[in-house]
Amino acid sequence: MLNVCMFKCLYVCMKTILFIEDEATLQKAFGDVLQQKGYKILNALNGEIGLRRARSENPDLILLDLVLPRLHGFEVLKKLKEDPETKEIPVIVLTNLGKMEDINKAIELGATTYLVKTEYKIEEVIEKIKKIIG
Amino acid sequence: MGIIIIFTSIFSYLLGAHYIANVEIVIFIVLIIAIVLFIISYIITRSFERLAEASKMKSEFINIVSHQLRSPLNNIKWTFEILTSKELEVPTEKVEEYMGNVEENIARMVELIDDLLIVSKIEQGRVPISKKEVFLENLIKDLIKRYRIFAEASHVELNFYFKEQASPVFTDPSLIKLVVENLIDNAIRYIKGPGKVEIKLTMENKKVLFSIKDTGVGIPQKDKKYIFQKFFRAENVLKERTRGSGLGLYVCKSIIENLGGRIWFKSEEGKGTTFYFTLPIK
Repeated sequence: MLNVCMFKCLYVCMKTILFIEDEATLQKAFGDVLQQKGYKILNALNGEIGLRRARSENPDLILLDLVLPRLHGFEVLKKLKEDPETKEIPVIVLTNLGKMEDINKAIELGATTYLVKTEYKIEEVIEKIKKIIG
Repeated sequence: MGIIIIFTSIFSYLLGAHYIANVEIVIFIVLIIAIVLFIISYIITRSFERLAEASKMKSEFINIVSHQLRSPLNNIKWTFEILTSKELEVPTEKVEEYMGNVEENIARMVELIDDLLIVSKIEQGRVPISKKEVFLENLIKDLIKRYRIFAEASHVELNFYFKEQASPVFTDPSLIKLVVENLIDNAIRYIKGPGKVEIKLTMENKKVLFSIKDTGVGIPQKDKKYIFQKFFRAENVLKERTRGSGLGLYVCKSIIENLGGRIWFKSEEGKGTTFYFTLPIK
């Protein structure tokens, strides 16, 4: 009984990450790694679902790709930061777009940090996540 | 440029009126000068437009290629990091899944590079054509077999109608295969939910007519004129699917025209699209 309670407590205490990414294989593989590191992962394959899940599940952190179907990442970010319910959730933009104008736009819109996927190793991304939500 | 034409016309009229007594001749000369200037200005404007278009294409090319190559490349890179990491434990059953991911992403890159190579050959006018007698119905049947699983997984019914004993067509089978593959792939891919794809092959006045009809998203009216342009992707398609280079239909059109045929389409947004092409039998 005690063990079940402890397990429930651990699960509830786990930090939740919403991963909005249209590359299903990457989402799955990186999601597995984050789970191993002790995070609870929520997935969304397009911007619309991502925004909906952010509002309904209030995650501790959002990993946001930019080139997304249905709703572009910038639109998602803008709506997240306009909504009082979601504006405090830290957002890491994790994308393949590396232009300075995209980086500036994301930061202006309220992204906590901006990572170009090809420039980072998985461990480095995990370090950034740890720094933000522990 | 318009102002220059007006001033030149006025100036040449005044000059002509001063030296030539006959007003009709003066007007005639002024008209000729205006027309010549107008043609020159048209040529200059078109050249600038073409330059601007080429520059836009170039930047689109860089954007598309860099993004479409970076995505699978990064997927491969991160998957290898996971597989080789000393800190992460990868269960045995996952290893196979991850290796499958790598394979899929390599195939994506190869496909894009193949498309770019064929585009480059088209642009240089050196698409290698090797014609021989081809029974198109057999070629299409083989392709349908290959696409059957993809169609079923996408809840799409894939049918092929043709007349038995159709004449062989003297054409390049590998190029035609590329065209038909592109058209079938698009037709299945852009159907949302359950749908139907119908392929027909008929003979018409020494020509073979191929058609592929789908019940997909259709092409928006404003996008129809650009659909065969290089790197172009219709707005409704782009919204649903971020993968894709926008080269497929450009390649199809170039190949069909190189083989002496014609390609066109009819489409209604939300209802579906039918692509047609003809090829000369001989």
